[in-house]
Amino acid sequence: MVSVEKEMKVFDLEAASSMVKELRDEFLSGKTRSYEWRVTQLKNIIKMSEDREQDIVKALHSDLGKPEFESSIYEISMLKNACTLAIKKLKQWMKPEKVKTSLTSFPSSAEIVSEPLGVVLVISPWNYPFLLSIEPVVGAIAAGNAVVLKPSEIAPATSSLLAKLVGEYLDNSLIRVVEGAVAETSALLEQKWDKIFYTGNSRIGRIVMAAAAKHLTPVLLELGGKCPAVVDSSTNLKVAARRIVAGKWGCNNGQTCVAVDYILTTKDVALKLVDALKHELEGFYGKNQLESKDRSRIVNSNHFARLTKLLDEDKVSGKIVHGGERDKANLKIAPTILLDVPRDSLIMNEEIFGPLLPIFTVEKVENSFDVINSGTKPLAAYLFSDNKKLKEQFVMAVSAGGLLINDTIIHLTVDALPFGGVQESGMGAYHGKFSFDAFSHKKAVLYRSFAGDAPVRYPPYTNGKLKFMKALMSGSILGVICALFGWSKN
Amino acid sequence: MEELENSLGKLRQCFRSGRTRSVAWRKNQLRAVLKLIHDKEDAIFEALQQDLGKHPVESYRDEIGVVKKSANYALSNIKKWMAPKKQPVPLLFFPSKGEVLPEPYGVVLIFGSWNFPISVALDPLIGAISAGNAVVIKPSEQAPACSSFLANILPLYLDDSAIKVILGGANESEQLLQHKWDKIFFTGSPRVASQVMTAAAKYLTPVTLELGGKCPAILDSLSSPSDMKVAVKRIVGGKWGACNGQACIGIDYVLVEDKFKSTLIEILQKYIKKFYGENPRKSGSISRIINKNHFERLQNLLKDPFVADSIVHGGSLDEEALYIEPTILLNPPLNADIMNEEIFGPLLPIITVDNIRESVDFINSRPKPLAIYAFTKDETFKRQILAETSSGSVTFNDVLVQFLCDALPFGGVGQSGIGRYHGKYTFDTFSHEKTVMQRAFFPEMEPRYPPWNDFKLKFLRLAYEFDYLGILLLMLNLKR
Repeated sequence: MVSVEKEMKVFDLEAASSMVKELRDEFLSGKTRSYEWRVTQLKNIIKMSEDREQDIVKALHSDLGKPEFESSIYEISMLKNACTLAIKKLKQWMKPEKVKTSLTSFPSSAEIVSEPLGVVLVISPWNYPFLLSIEPVVGAIAAGNAVVLKPSEIAPATSSLLAKLVGEYLDNSLIRVVEGAVAETSALLEQKWDKIFYTGNSRIGRIVMAAAAKHLTPVLLELGGKCPAVVDSSTNLKVAARRIVAGKWGCNNGQTCVAVDYILTTKDVALKLVDALKHELEGFYGKNQLESKDRSRIVNSNHFARLTKLLDEDKVSGKIVHGGERDKANLKIAPTILLDVPRDSLIMNEEIFGPLLPIFTVEKVENSFDVINSGTKPLAAYLFSDNKKLKEQFVMAVSAGGLLINDTIIHLTVDALPFGGVQESGMGAYHGKFSFDAFSHKKAVLYRSFAGDAPVRYPPYTNGKLKFMKALMSGSILGVICALFGWSKN
Repeated sequence: MEELENSLGKLRQCFRSGRTRSVAWRKNQLRAVLKLIHDKEDAIFEALQQDLGKHPVESYRDEIGVVKKSANYALSNIKKWMAPKKQPVPLLFFPSKGEVLPEPYGVVLIFGSWNFPISVALDPLIGAISAGNAVVIKPSEQAPACSSFLANILPLYLDDSAIKVILGGANESEQLLQHKWDKIFFTGSPRVASQVMTAAAKYLTPVTLELGGKCPAILDSLSSPSDMKVAVKRIVGGKWGACNGQACIGIDYVLVEDKFKSTLIEILQKYIKKFYGENPRKSGSISRIINKNHFERLQNLLKDPFVADSIVHGGSLDEEALYIEPTILLNPPLNADIMNEEIFGPLLPIITVDNIRESVDFINSRPKPLAIYAFTKDETFKRQILAETSSGSVTFNDVLVQFLCDALPFGGVGQSGIGRYHGKYTFDTFSHEKTVMQRAFFPEMEPRYPPWNDFKLKFLRLAYEFDYLGILLLMLNLKR
């Protein structure tokens, strides 16, 4: 009876506020601060991913038609990898970092202590609904926080599975899942959090940040943007084409924040590239690409309608050089390549987030950088080139969350590289130790003894003190000695 | 508004031209900052005297010296800071390289504060310049002499196509906040900070918010009388020494065991007298209250009769001179305003506890402060404070000096702020850390690509575990 009542209850402001209070009280008990608690939770996440791999794969298939391979590799393995690393390194991450002190505060010692922020909120997206829900939670737990996860309602099967799994495997006095849509999210955002981690689009990102501002809550926003790939004539077109195909259609069918959104290349390369892309697409997905089981489908009919609108725009519909077929009933769109789309078209002005790949041609490959810089800063930018000078130019001229040369997507599998955007593509970064840092406060700690008290610090102030102070602050030992003896250096 | 638009457009153009990116430009600007504070030292002393009645020694210690130290530190480290940081990449992706390359955000906005009107404007500026940004500084209108000094003098020394000072009050600030910035650095109160962050959200602009809070000093029983003296002396320095209590890391109140309260008060009085003489107002060594509004705010804190009754030292006010005497209060009511808002002035409440360990709960029942000071030789207690309280920083057995450690990040948590600066952290605060990874075309890892099959799945599972032996065996079709 009790449980039925619980289920019936709507998650409103009151429910949100009492949940946060419960978690805060529990957090203050200090339980999350211990290494053991953190490691136990992380190990349970691994156990959960292993025990329930088939359930997860099934849920992802139901939400997105995601092939088992992609679910297994890009969601479950990636997550386990993040957990394993955190478990392996946690002791080291938690250790206070000793730092040097200056002459001004001599004698003393100083360190930077990582402490948990408190009770944090993770709002996750629908495209990698398992990985992008739990990976931030891994960072939050590693850093010793209490966490509320709000998975996306657009991937309902995964959302309810997450609620179930977290309930079964993790410490629910400190880690909770709240399912729901706009109303529930709004109720959550009204609360005071110690950090909000949001993955999604920049429109909601703004709402999240504005809500956070009320309580002075720091935010980490993982957004997206139009990630360009520049293809230079000096490149190996075959390898470039297959890496583009793998990073576009091979990762959730283009519904990925770092997927290649469009290609920039010169006219002479464009035609050859189209051929190479077609060839690789056929190798990967066969003759009937619309039907291939090796690609995810479009998440829902809203997104299907959004994508077909991009394709049906008058100035764009004639530019399709490959694909274009669609199956509304099954929410499928074939891998589609468009050549020479006009710059003012819809498809060149919003994030595509689907299986459409426009190719925009430029006079000279260097002009690509201006095209990229004229838009908002993307989460990732790619370059395929063997030309050293061009690579250097690309690295200096293009601003994005991350740059990857001669490949797509894989930079975010490297733990040692921070993953995050800039401007429209987000703020803050995570992965590896950066995840731990994202959920930690770096507390400055200075230890002093009672000795070594320079009277110069204290009033009454005199000219001699001024001289001494000048020497001290400039770190000049000789100056300090001179001032102490009342000598002038000049 | 249009003029502002124009002016920002020019800054953006200047940034786009790449002018601010070269090491040479950055170093030149840093040297110009040094030259400016060297040439204009007397004018700065004069402005600070006018705005706050700050003594030159204090001005040097808290403002000029701080800026000089930061600029010198930045100059000698800038090349290192700018260099890309190599990061290890798994063997799986061989051959490839990964690095993190700091790049300037673009056009950034710095809000100064009135209590340290020179250093809180120029210290962040040094970081913004070091990181290669174009900058607008909006100094606090509440320190008018210093603000106009900055507006008049900065253009004479610094590249005014990339660095601008804009004067004004709340209206001008609001106008500034309607524009798109690539970073906003704000020092001030939580109330305004919240407005700044709300405005920043519109453009997804990252913010660094340097706020304050009620910073406690815990005074444990110290067996040696000389230690006790040093501790209390430092408390006096930490309360009245930095801008007469008008400092975000100044001591707000003291926690002490009941049995030591009279010793504490006695030594406090002794040092107040030693530092500031019989009549502190005439000593010249203590700053005055910034303006009438703040004077009234402080006066109101004392108006509550229960608070007034708790005064054990000082308490005299001179509205004309905007002067408030160093004032000590013993156990003012905890529900009074003085114990619930940041004091930011020369009033020092002493709160007594039966056991000093209770301080931890006392501190935790309030918003997280920017700094906690604890005078103790008890190592267990030190560890307890570190583990069980949360604050921007913790300093044992001293006050304020954490501010001068370049290697320590300076910034708050919770109500005391977001983000941090000082030393390299100032550079980081104004930089986007761009990930750069480079790959070669060969060798190709076939299992990455569809059509998917069992072999590819096995291969990638092993790859994610970095099980190279497993991969080899799999390739050879062998089992372990």
